[in-house]
Amino acid sequence: MDFSAAAQTAGTSSNTKSSSVLLSAQGIGKTVKSGESDLVILRDIDLEITSGEAVAIVGASGSGKSTLLAILAGLDTPSTGKVLLQDTDLFALDEDARAELRGRTVGFVFQSFQLLPALTALENVMLPLELAGSEDAEARAAAILRRVGLGERLQHYPKHLSGGEQQRVALARAFVVRPKLLLADEPTGSLDAESGAAVIALLLEMNREYGTTLVMVTHDENLARRSQRVVRLAGGRAVK
Amino acid sequence: MTASARQGLRMLARDWRAGELKVLAMALVVAVASITSVAFFGDRVSQALVRDAHQLLGADLVLVSDHPFAPHFSEEIGRRGLRSAAAVTFISMTMSGEKAQLAGVKAVTENYPLRGRLRIAPAPGAPDADATAGPPRGKVWIEERLVTALEAPVGSRIRLGRSELEVAAVLTLEPERSANFFNVAPRLFMNAADVPATGLVQTGSRVWHYLYAAGPRDAIARLEEALKAKLERGQRVENLETGRPEVRATIDRAQRFLGLTALLAAILAGVAIALGARRFVQRHLDGCAVMRCLGATQSTLVRIYGLEFFLLGAVACAAGALIGYGAQAAIAAMLGDLLRAELPAPTVLPAVQGFLVGIVLLLGFALPPLLQLKNVPALRVMRRESGNPRGGALAAYAAGLGSLAALLIWQAGDMKLGGYVVGGFAVAVVVFAAVAWLVLKLLTHPALMRRVRSSSLRYGLSQLRRHAGSNAIQTASLALGLTAVLLLTFTRNDLVEAWRRSAPPDAPNRFILGVQQDQISDVRAFFSANGLTAEFYPMVRGRVVAHNDRPVSAADYEEERARRLVEREFNLSFMEAPPSHNRITEGAWFRPDGRELSVEEGIAKRLGWKVGDELRFSVGGETFSARITSLRALRWDSMKVNFFVITPPRLLAGFPASYISAFHVAPAQAAALDELVKRFPNLTVVDVGAAVRQAQGVVDQLINAVQLVFVFALAAGLLVLYSALVATEDERRREAAVMRVYGASRAQVAGSQRAEFLAMGAIAGLLATLGAAAIGQLIARRVFELDLPPSLGLWIAGPLAGIALLSLNAWISSRKVLRASPALILRDSV
Repeated sequence: MDFSAAAQTAGTSSNTKSSSVLLSAQGIGKTVKSGESDLVILRDIDLEITSGEAVAIVGASGSGKSTLLAILAGLDTPSTGKVLLQDTDLFALDEDARAELRGRTVGFVFQSFQLLPALTALENVMLPLELAGSEDAEARAAAILRRVGLGERLQHYPKHLSGGEQQRVALARAFVVRPKLLLADEPTGSLDAESGAAVIALLLEMNREYGTTLVMVTHDENLARRSQRVVRLAGGRAVK
Repeated sequence: MTASARQGLRMLARDWRAGELKVLAMALVVAVASITSVAFFGDRVSQALVRDAHQLLGADLVLVSDHPFAPHFSEEIGRRGLRSAAAVTFISMTMSGEKAQLAGVKAVTENYPLRGRLRIAPAPGAPDADATAGPPRGKVWIEERLVTALEAPVGSRIRLGRSELEVAAVLTLEPERSANFFNVAPRLFMNAADVPATGLVQTGSRVWHYLYAAGPRDAIARLEEALKAKLERGQRVENLETGRPEVRATIDRAQRFLGLTALLAAILAGVAIALGARRFVQRHLDGCAVMRCLGATQSTLVRIYGLEFFLLGAVACAAGALIGYGAQAAIAAMLGDLLRAELPAPTVLPAVQGFLVGIVLLLGFALPPLLQLKNVPALRVMRRESGNPRGGALAAYAAGLGSLAALLIWQAGDMKLGGYVVGGFAVAVVVFAAVAWLVLKLLTHPALMRRVRSSSLRYGLSQLRRHAGSNAIQTASLALGLTAVLLLTFTRNDLVEAWRRSAPPDAPNRFILGVQQDQISDVRAFFSANGLTAEFYPMVRGRVVAHNDRPVSAADYEEERARRLVEREFNLSFMEAPPSHNRITEGAWFRPDGRELSVEEGIAKRLGWKVGDELRFSVGGETFSARITSLRALRWDSMKVNFFVITPPRLLAGFPASYISAFHVAPAQAAALDELVKRFPNLTVVDVGAAVRQAQGVVDQLINAVQLVFVFALAAGLLVLYSALVATEDERRREAAVMRVYGASRAQVAGSQRAEFLAMGAIAGLLATLGAAAIGQLIARRVFELDLPPSLGLWIAGPLAGIALLSLNAWISSRKVLRASPALILRDSV
């Protein structure tokens, strides 16, 4: 299975235009102070991602791909440009309003899993539902954990799970709120090849099932080739 | 319930299960338990102790009169449902065969004393026992000295005025005995109903009449108020303050000890809470970032964690209040024989106070670091280095100390004590952190490091340098906890010992009065020949007649005690240097050739005298004037000879003086005293041993009660130590894992941790020793007015304790680090 297959199965029309644009980045630049001089991390990035599309952002280390993902998610602020998520200008909102929008719209998968160590697998998946005030958080979390093959591990703490299992819990947490957009930052970066492959298979499968738009940062060219579209970054610019 | 409230509850349950909150909860429980138990003490036990000290007065309220009380006084007491008793005292000659001796007669109603007890023995030197009532009609109880002087054993008959009475027992203890040491002849106790038959009490006889009352505190206070208005000339009210200043001083000291200990426990618990909250925050930064990522707003986070802590606080404070209640019950049981059945039931107020203290502590010490959580940027999920909390421990301490200071004013109302404790701790925190930082920097100076051969030692030291800031805070926290522990072990023992010494077993138990000038060298020779040591003070009786050239009269003063002071003759003394048990509090000791005086500060305050004022005294018809140049503080509980006014020898040398001394007599030396009285029949020897023993008993029991409260403060100190030790555990584990990944051997990891911890332990131990010694001295001098000699034990144990504790921690910490696989540690902490 590849990204394009996932996108097509989800039945979204990646070719039709602006009305179905979910995420749009216009003229994004990011500069940070480094000692006396300015360090340019991103410059003049334009990007449009339509609903159901699967996009891979690739590039060498330090090319700015994780910064771009953080800006697209509203976690980091750009020095120039703007990001529209469902036609809402992310950076016209304050930090709290962005958080609320994220809570309703975006799911995350991180390289380092970011599970809360004091919470069981089940509680980690329940957390976004609880924050949204969901009444049936436990049942929904348990169901999706069974879906990712961890039905027997509901009460286990992260430290008692393997890396692959932890990332599957993270996937369950990301999908349980049925996000429109899933942002993944090197989701296999902390895993061995076998676990990584299994996690990617599961991610793509669920992406198809839930009809989610996927934006994934990776340095794995093989993985990138399986996407519908590849955005390549070098020296902070998008290159063809 | 809102979603945030539900989430707060869930987070509380989850964090509790993960063990994140246990230290915080324990610190709160300890703080509240200690405050509550001491508040209960104030509410209940200390009041009982004060009342119990009334046993030394014989009642809760004593009225004294130089003429018989009008019947309405005792009617008033009866009308209010209070118990009453009466007594008269007078001096009279007693006779047995050929022997005669002046006796201090005290005739009491049978229900005397209302508080305290009389103790009697069947023969001199035989074991004594409590007497259930005063002597029955026709019988007398006499002191051992009278038995000896009259050669009148139990069972014999003695003559008193026109009556002949049977000696029924030897009197060994009487509540009011030490109330007035002077002019006291050996005591004879008799029944008041036998007095008329003796024919000794007639118009013009020098007789003192006493009326005693006892009952509930409020009723006694109202009675005192009512009776004071009806007092006639020559009548006065005696209470603990006026009757027994030395006992009052002891009880005040006990209350200060209690208050101080509770404060110490609370403030330490606050520090433990601050450290615990800081760790909690550090461990929750990632979780909060994730929650921000998942859509939680700042206010959601504040609500969730605010509620979590509030619930934790409420439950912990309630538990603390319950434990405090239990502790006071245990203390009350322990003091069983001091506290009797009439103890007022504890009210709920101390529990409420303790509860509120706990909540304020939690808000003050935990809220500032907790509020940092809301500021964690969501970006932290991708870049761990972003969003570390700023400020940290010092800011949290400052906030907590501020709220605690406010709390003290509300709770204890003792600004002086609170100021010393809070100020002392604030200074200690800042000084400890600054000194620790400086020493760490010096110790790890590159010039010094180059000389270090061992690679693990060098690595350990360079780690210290790299984290000098956080290590300084950790060292300061450790020093703080250790200070408390040292203060509560070594310094506490020293303080308690110093307190005990203030009424030591070898305190004077005899007074000798009336040594004439021409006898003094013979008496001194007699003392040294019999192995007795005593310091003799000259005494001249004089009356103050003018103050700053204005004639002094009793009418100038409203206060009864002040009136009495100016009406009577003072015992003046002259000497060159101040007595060792006196302390100059204002001005300077007089010049030998000056017309100058040193005055006791209490009497100066009462009579409105200041340094620089001129007083004129009349001694035997002649007058002299002198200026006050110093005020002295006396130790009323020292059982030593004290003088209100002391002059240079030149001023009083011309006046007739007698000599007085207080000294200690071991039981084996008692025979020498009989010999002394035989050789110098004009001398009066007063036995105050029973009074001394009584005072010591009260001190011992108070000390025991206070020690129990120390347990809470000690627990709080240990919690601070624990919190400080685990504060950097996570970071150290990570660093050790990195070391191992880069090829460090297990020995190198353990060695570097050891070097790091040993250095910190030595610094913390030294700082704590300095801190405990300084605070101990400050408390001893300023609060308890005791002398505290430097403690060698403290100086040895303090640094050793720091090193031992941190070595143990290094061992435990490296075991933990080495047992886990580095990969696992690093993966968990990415």
